[in-house]
Amino acid sequence: MAAHAEQVDNKTLWGGNGSPFRISYGKQMMWIFLVSDALTFGGLLTGYGYARHTHDAWPIGEQVFRSLPFTNGDFPLIYVALMTFILIVSSVTMVLAVEAGHRMDKKGVTKWLLLTVVGGAFFVGSQAWEWSHFIHGSHDGAVMISETETARIVHHGEEYKLQSYQTGKVLAEGDAALAQIREAKEEGRVMQGANLTENEYGHTHYANFFFFITGFHGFHVFSGVIINLIILLQVVRGAYDKRGHFEMVEKVGLYWHFVDLVWVFVFTFFYLV
Amino acid sequence: MERDDLHLDEAYSRAANHDEAHGVAIRKKIWMVTAILTAITILEVGLGIMIKQGTDLWPVVKWSFILLTGVKAAYIVLVFMHLGDEKKSFKYVILVPYILFILYLIFICVQESSYINEMFEYFNKM
Repeated sequence: MAAHAEQVDNKTLWGGNGSPFRISYGKQMMWIFLVSDALTFGGLLTGYGYARHTHDAWPIGEQVFRSLPFTNGDFPLIYVALMTFILIVSSVTMVLAVEAGHRMDKKGVTKWLLLTVVGGAFFVGSQAWEWSHFIHGSHDGAVMISETETARIVHHGEEYKLQSYQTGKVLAEGDAALAQIREAKEEGRVMQGANLTENEYGHTHYANFFFFITGFHGFHVFSGVIINLIILLQVVRGAYDKRGHFEMVEKVGLYWHFVDLVWVFVFTFFYLV
Repeated sequence: MERDDLHLDEAYSRAANHDEAHGVAIRKKIWMVTAILTAITILEVGLGIMIKQGTDLWPVVKWSFILLTGVKAAYIVLVFMHLGDEKKSFKYVILVPYILFILYLIFICVQESSYINEMFEYFNKM
């Protein structure tokens, strides 16, 4: 690390043949690329914030994302929390890979980088499942009560409930709920899942931004997994032992941490608040 | 033809290498930061479970989420991405323009969307 940088006089530092920031060209350019990509995601997230605040009523993440793969139960935000945890863990394994690289420990780098790839692959697979479930819809669909209110049809056995996506409140239970559902079915106001024109969770903007933002992010994770795999192969082939440093691992590590960082923000602003 | 302008780059790259003794201290720091990030996340999940949207305490929880996310971001960028170990001038080159720009972007988004929201309300009432 540059922590133990010797004090060089300015003439040598700025005299050319190397960055005055005491950083290699490749690493510097990766940072600049990450700033540009961060501006892209910053724009997407602020665009989302803008569109969301033009409406008063908006679906609550906790009401929309309640399912877990291979189960039929109700687990609000649990799967997304698991995905977040796995991605952060993959970030930690990435840092450990970089640290092993700084000790020229090829076996260590291989181990930690492989774990990072596995974590990333899990995340992409999970996001794909989330997409398919979002499109498929909740168990029984939802009633479009008004332009600003949609209510999920919840039923345990014969007990029916209507729970609002926008406030989480139970709007009707038992026979009253059944009556509303029947009336809505007759008027064609029951919807399940999401398509290109409408979705059961609320305003069309909600689904649009969900796919756009998580899609862009998922694409970055996917490309990150591929890049990490390629660098892992290079590590195993001994390309960096020859070079004398594992800086390429550090550079792709920067990209991977960026991907994790974006997810932390997407998770907060889309799912939590 | 061999490149003759990257000799210093190679030196910079190799200067980042450290021995096992340093490695122990650095790995300890990594696990410490991991523990901090996990603790913050557990706190956020706990708050989210206990205090729901629509209740009085929700705005407090919402802003604490945003603040804590900023804290997490700072730890990830400064420690995991090693920006904290770079030269101060480089740190500033990366962080200052971005933070200034993002703050402005957030301000203008909130300002304009509030206005559009009011216009929707007004014209819907007419």
